[in-house]
Amino acid sequence: MALLEVKNLGISFGGLRAVNGFDISIEKGQLYGLIGPNGAGKTTVFNLLTGVYKPDTGSVVLDGQDITGKKTIDISKAGIARTFQNIRLFKDMSVLDNVKAGLHNSHTYPVLSGIFHLPSYHKVEKEMDERAMELLHVFELDSEAGTLAANLPYGKQRKLEIARAMATNPKLLLLDEPAAGMNPNETQALMDMIRFVRDHFDMTILLIEHDMKLVSGICEALSVLNFGEILAQGRTSDVLNNPQVITAYLGE
Amino acid sequence: MSFLSYLINGISLGSVYAIIALGYTMVYGIAKMLNFAHGDVIMIGAYVVFTAITSMALPVIPAILLAVVACTALGVLIERVAYRPLRNAASPLAVLITAIGVSYLLQNIALLVFGANTKSFPSVVGIKPLSLGGGALTVSGETIVTILACIVIMIGLTLFINKTKAGQAMLAVSEDKGAAQLMGINVNGTIALTFAIGSALAAIAGVLLCSAYPSLTPYTGSMPGIKAFVAAVFGGIGSIPGAMIGGILLGVIEIFGKAYISSQMADAIVFGVLIIVLLVKPTGLLGKKIQEKV
Amino acid sequence: MKKKFDKTAKSNAITYGMVIAFWVIIQIMIYTDNISSLMKGLLVPVCAYAILAVSLNLTVGILGELSLGHAGFMCVGAFASAFFTICMKDVIPVAGVRFTLALLIGAASAAVFGVLIGIPVLRLRGDYLAIVTLAFGEIIKNFMNILFIGRDSQGLHFSTKDSVALGLEPDGVVLLKGPQGITGTSKDSTFTIGIILLLITLFIVLRLIQSRDGRAIKAIRDNRIAAESIGINITKYKLMAFAISAGLAGIGGVLYAHNLSTLTATSKNFGYNMSIMILVFVVLGGIGNIRGSVIAAAVLTVLPELLRSLSDYRMLIYAIVLIVMMLFNWSPAALEFRERYSLKRLLHKNKAKEAA
Repeated sequence: MALLEVKNLGISFGGLRAVNGFDISIEKGQLYGLIGPNGAGKTTVFNLLTGVYKPDTGSVVLDGQDITGKKTIDISKAGIARTFQNIRLFKDMSVLDNVKAGLHNSHTYPVLSGIFHLPSYHKVEKEMDERAMELLHVFELDSEAGTLAANLPYGKQRKLEIARAMATNPKLLLLDEPAAGMNPNETQALMDMIRFVRDHFDMTILLIEHDMKLVSGICEALSVLNFGEILAQGRTSDVLNNPQVITAYLGE
Repeated sequence: MSFLSYLINGISLGSVYAIIALGYTMVYGIAKMLNFAHGDVIMIGAYVVFTAITSMALPVIPAILLAVVACTALGVLIERVAYRPLRNAASPLAVLITAIGVSYLLQNIALLVFGANTKSFPSVVGIKPLSLGGGALTVSGETIVTILACIVIMIGLTLFINKTKAGQAMLAVSEDKGAAQLMGINVNGTIALTFAIGSALAAIAGVLLCSAYPSLTPYTGSMPGIKAFVAAVFGGIGSIPGAMIGGILLGVIEIFGKAYISSQMADAIVFGVLIIVLLVKPTGLLGKKIQEKV
Repeated sequence: MKKKFDKTAKSNAITYGMVIAFWVIIQIMIYTDNISSLMKGLLVPVCAYAILAVSLNLTVGILGELSLGHAGFMCVGAFASAFFTICMKDVIPVAGVRFTLALLIGAASAAVFGVLIGIPVLRLRGDYLAIVTLAFGEIIKNFMNILFIGRDSQGLHFSTKDSVALGLEPDGVVLLKGPQGITGTSKDSTFTIGIILLLITLFIVLRLIQSRDGRAIKAIRDNRIAAESIGINITKYKLMAFAISAGLAGIGGVLYAHNLSTLTATSKNFGYNMSIMILVFVVLGGIGNIRGSVIAAAVLTVLPELLRSLSDYRMLIYAIVLIVMMLFNWSPAALEFRERYSLKRLLHKNKAKEAA
């Protein structure tokens, strides 16, 4: 039984069929790539999986649980976390608080406990601090814990977004163009980090990427999206050698 | 017959709301901001006409033209000085709070210049009341002029937007500022033009409003302004026919509310309408849904 | 991390300390008889305005939504509590108990209105909240001017016409007289009570901001879509922040109402002007800066009273302050300019030069 099982997913905007008949099956622990030309519908697939848009057709099953058409917040609780193509951090909050916000649903105490600093406040806040610092350590951000997120350099902002997503303790992590705007050195470091996240947390990862080097370097399987439909799917080396894929990417 | 006369009064008041609402809806559509000061531009327009007629002894038409020019200049000035610098501000609250500041500033300038006491606005309409059904129903000249003005403005504005280059540029900017800029459209100029048109309409609305309700104070514009915004939301903000329909419906609801329910709670009824619209159909009657890009 | 904790704790302590120091200074001035009766009359209102500014900052600065009807919530708190006090004057003779209950009633009724308004409006774009709260403030104020409530042996009578329409028995009393408002409330508010309530308000707001719930509220402010993606319930937290803000404004209203012998709803005390004035306090003190709100409220209340000659221009100055502060603090061009010529940076540069 695959961790994520998507069948015949589709959505239209006005007259445009943005995604059509999208199938994907991701095994637990897999590092899966979703590639395709600009405007192929990759981010729309992410938005469908995370409940930002409601699909017209198809089903999404995560770890045996049907989450088709559910609200974003319920999908987050069911175990999908994501990052965004255009970074969306909580800019006026500290790096530490960004990650602690990700721990919101796993670490709780009543409002009054927060105001009157009852024992549960101290206990849970301490656990949150520890857990958040662990995560920041993994992403090499622990020295920046007190910095405002807006003041982080670009590369670290991307990392913080992944750390925040990981704080929700997801089963599946969706990364939307994590290497966008990075130089080759940074991309290389990012690849190592993604691989490390997968191994360290035993995480299943689906990522959208343009950088072919990154994709071929770390993804075990790929789906290629073109005009909202799947063009090819399978093991990375097979897909990248598929003549149709080469045509779609390089043109005639 | 009293029903008919309420209906006509409602349509007349609604026509004023519609003209004001056009200013809100155009600015909202293009600059994506709620121009809180719009209602106060109406008040300034009315004071200009008042001063022109009573102190400068100008005839009616030049007085109105003077008000239109003054309000247009004021609208463009406000946009340039107070709103444009904040167009790309980090928080959407920034420009909204500034707009409130501008509204407040206009009210207080008027208070200092013209004083707090109510000015009795002279009638600018020379048309005799129309008597129908053997005197059972009288339609005042102000009502006739207001409804006609509303129809003319509506047709003119629709033609302007659909048939002229500047109108098309407005549509393009309201869809996508960045793309419009790349297409060679002068975005700043287009936004300024929108403020100019909206403010010119505000001047006309001010004259019509004060002709029908001839008491003028520094706060004359704020309540009709807010109600016109409700009308714009009701019709679907960003939609020009929506502003028209919303305005007229709201005017009718207000007059009927005053006549049949309670005159003191008429305002509450109008805002009740807003809350119901927001609950049932937040996009308004003719508005389209805007999905935030993720 | 430890350091960060110390920093916020220290900052909070400064805020509380500042308020207490203000109280001590005023007490000394009162005992040494160095205080004008004008200033004395302002002491309770200053506390009420500071409470209102702090609570509005919760909505504007922390939640990131704009409310223009804060005076409306204040009005609800004021009238609900004053009505309670005048009804219970004989039943509960102990002022302390009565005032505490009035406080709870005022806060709760304002919070209920906050929830009622918040449910339809908070789902939508911020501009709608601004306009609906503005409308709410005006409606509440107008409604208070037409509401008559009387009491006789049959119980309570309500009317929106006049006191005759209440149809009271001869021994009945009119408690709320429309435009004449509520008369004869006992003046239970004192400066010390005002300071205590301000401290409580600060305590609630500052503690809330630094708790898990406060983080959720700030996360929504900074990026709603990202907050949703990590499982934060947007509606719940927006409503929570807005209701607490309204409830605290209600407390400000209770304090204000019990400082008067006659409570009426005029456009001066509960109208749009008041809501804007509170907004000016928040903007001048710094959006999101709680301590700043307290300072701005105190300075802007006392200063114009001392500079009586300027009173005609007071509102005009407020309007200009509002616009200039917003342009200075939020316009990208101004921010860049400030960054380039900031004192800190210039000092740093000089140091670097010296080092070289």
